[in-house]
Amino acid sequence: MGKDLITLRNICKAYDGTTILDDLNLSIYENSFVTLLGPSGCGKTTTLRIIGGFEKPDKGQVIFDGQDITDLAPNKRQLNTVFQKYALFTHMSVAENIAFGLKIKNKSDSYIKDKIRYALKLVNLEGYENRSPESLSGGQQQRIAIARAIVNEPKVLLLDEPLGALDLKMRQDMQYELKRLKEELGITFIYVTHDQEEALTMSDHIVVMNQGYIQQEGSPETIYNEPENAFVADFIGDSNIIRSTMIRDELVEILGAKFACVDKGFGNNKPVDVVIRPEDIELVAPEDGTLTGVVTDLTFKGVHYEMDVETCGRELLVHSTKLSAVGTKVGIKVDPFNIQIMNVPVSEDEEAISETV
Amino acid sequence: MKNFLKKLYLTLLLIFMYAPIITLIVLSFNASKSRAKWGGFTLDWYINLLSDEAVAGALINTLTIAILATIFSTIIGTFTCIAMIGLNSKLRSFIMGVTNIPMINADIVTGISLMLLFRFLHIGTGFTTILLAHITFNIPFVMLSIMPRIKNMNFYVYEAALDLGASPVYAFTKTILPDLVPGIVSGALMAFTMSLDDFIITYFTKGSGFETLSTLIYNEVKRGIQPEIYALSAIIFVVVLTLLMIVYRVPSSKTKEKTNEK
Repeated sequence: MGKDLITLRNICKAYDGTTILDDLNLSIYENSFVTLLGPSGCGKTTTLRIIGGFEKPDKGQVIFDGQDITDLAPNKRQLNTVFQKYALFTHMSVAENIAFGLKIKNKSDSYIKDKIRYALKLVNLEGYENRSPESLSGGQQQRIAIARAIVNEPKVLLLDEPLGALDLKMRQDMQYELKRLKEELGITFIYVTHDQEEALTMSDHIVVMNQGYIQQEGSPETIYNEPENAFVADFIGDSNIIRSTMIRDELVEILGAKFACVDKGFGNNKPVDVVIRPEDIELVAPEDGTLTGVVTDLTFKGVHYEMDVETCGRELLVHSTKLSAVGTKVGIKVDPFNIQIMNVPVSEDEEAISETV
Repeated sequence: MKNFLKKLYLTLLLIFMYAPIITLIVLSFNASKSRAKWGGFTLDWYINLLSDEAVAGALINTLTIAILATIFSTIIGTFTCIAMIGLNSKLRSFIMGVTNIPMINADIVTGISLMLLFRFLHIGTGFTTILLAHITFNIPFVMLSIMPRIKNMNFYVYEAALDLGASPVYAFTKTILPDLVPGIVSGALMAFTMSLDDFIITYFTKGSGFETLSTLIYNEVKRGIQPEIYALSAIIFVVVLTLLMIVYRVPSSKTKEKTNEK
């Protein structure tokens, strides 16, 4: 990874006595696509607004390219923002919107004209110069907002749930578009979303947040395959989280049956949480399974079947391309690599804090 | 049949509402001084009015006060609304409630209390006191027409301007102010109209020897109604009606734009 471009140090922020961010530390590398992911109210937007300068942290520092910019006004920062609700200037044309930042910087008319053409080409909206923003669709408006931000050649582009107001198809198209833009511009993107699929698709680095704490950071693969706690496992994709006992290294007892796994260092006979992704549960003949169960529910999902399998008084969620009818007795098998062991949080507060990086 | 009844009802309603004013306007063109007899069409009363010095003086007073009161109340009202952007909604609705009181209050109560206040502060009655009174009762009207725009405003636009490098003042004039302008204009027109046709509050705060059109008409009527007064009242009615129609045009044209956005 490159060098640190933005560092947040011990950031605290509270509104009316409610803590939003508590001692947050985060480093963002140059030229990376970083996503802050979490449910609403987790502090992701506040973090972004602190980086943008729209909020002042109660405590802590924002370091940008080696300089402390904690108290710098937003109009003095070398970054630009794409807002959730487009925030285009409705009384100006598309070209005037894009030229807004450049005019403030007293750029020449020919430079501005070139930049407008370049930016519109980049977002695939050539020839829209004289349109009014209100005459454009939501997706087009968001592209204009992106064009308006990037003509200023920021080092960092902040995106606050920019696709939140778009429909599904448009959202998927824009995800690829944003990824392409990021490659073409070669700048850092900091992206805020509550949509795990969006985060997995686009990011180099995902920061999962909850209740003002960072739960886990890492590549999309790490976050998905090796969630460090129940919150991350539950928030990213579907998962079965089962309270189990770690008998010794590489052996765990799940629902009374012993499963081989690859994790070590949790101690002997210690309670742990086990995460098994629904697509990692194999349904086999009852005599071949480590556990046996009965299929209680079946739903066709297109790519796969979604089944509920009851075993030892628990329902497990299973995704499989092979159908097992309701009422079938099945064996349950899990590959050792697909069993992810997590420490059991002692208290609810620890559950929120457990940011073992 | 149902349709016919609807139309009949509406026609009767309008006749009852506007019959007095229509009578007044018709009489202002009546050549006969009698109120009971039509003596033929004339513009004499309007011509007499133009040559009447008392009327001309009162007209100038009325316009001066209306214009100055409009300017001051619009400025004060606009700045108050802008300042209220930063308040939480509870405090905001409290302030709105307080500023609305003079609007709901009976004019006569507002008039008398203003008169008492001016006496108490030893401010000599006349032009100044009328102007102060008019500014006072105009501010709520200005605020009332600006506030809805502030409530519906997308403040991300202001932040977007800051984000693109604009100073707070430049960002304000480029993003928030243009959104407020229709509200400010309709507020100013409303204030002008209110000021123009106010009688009660003016009457209590004017002192002696200073007349506006409405107080002049009142004095004339006490001495016996002259047809010139019909003409004057007709002119005031038409002017106020025109202004009000403009006021109601301004916000409606903007709401159309708003619905297009969605």
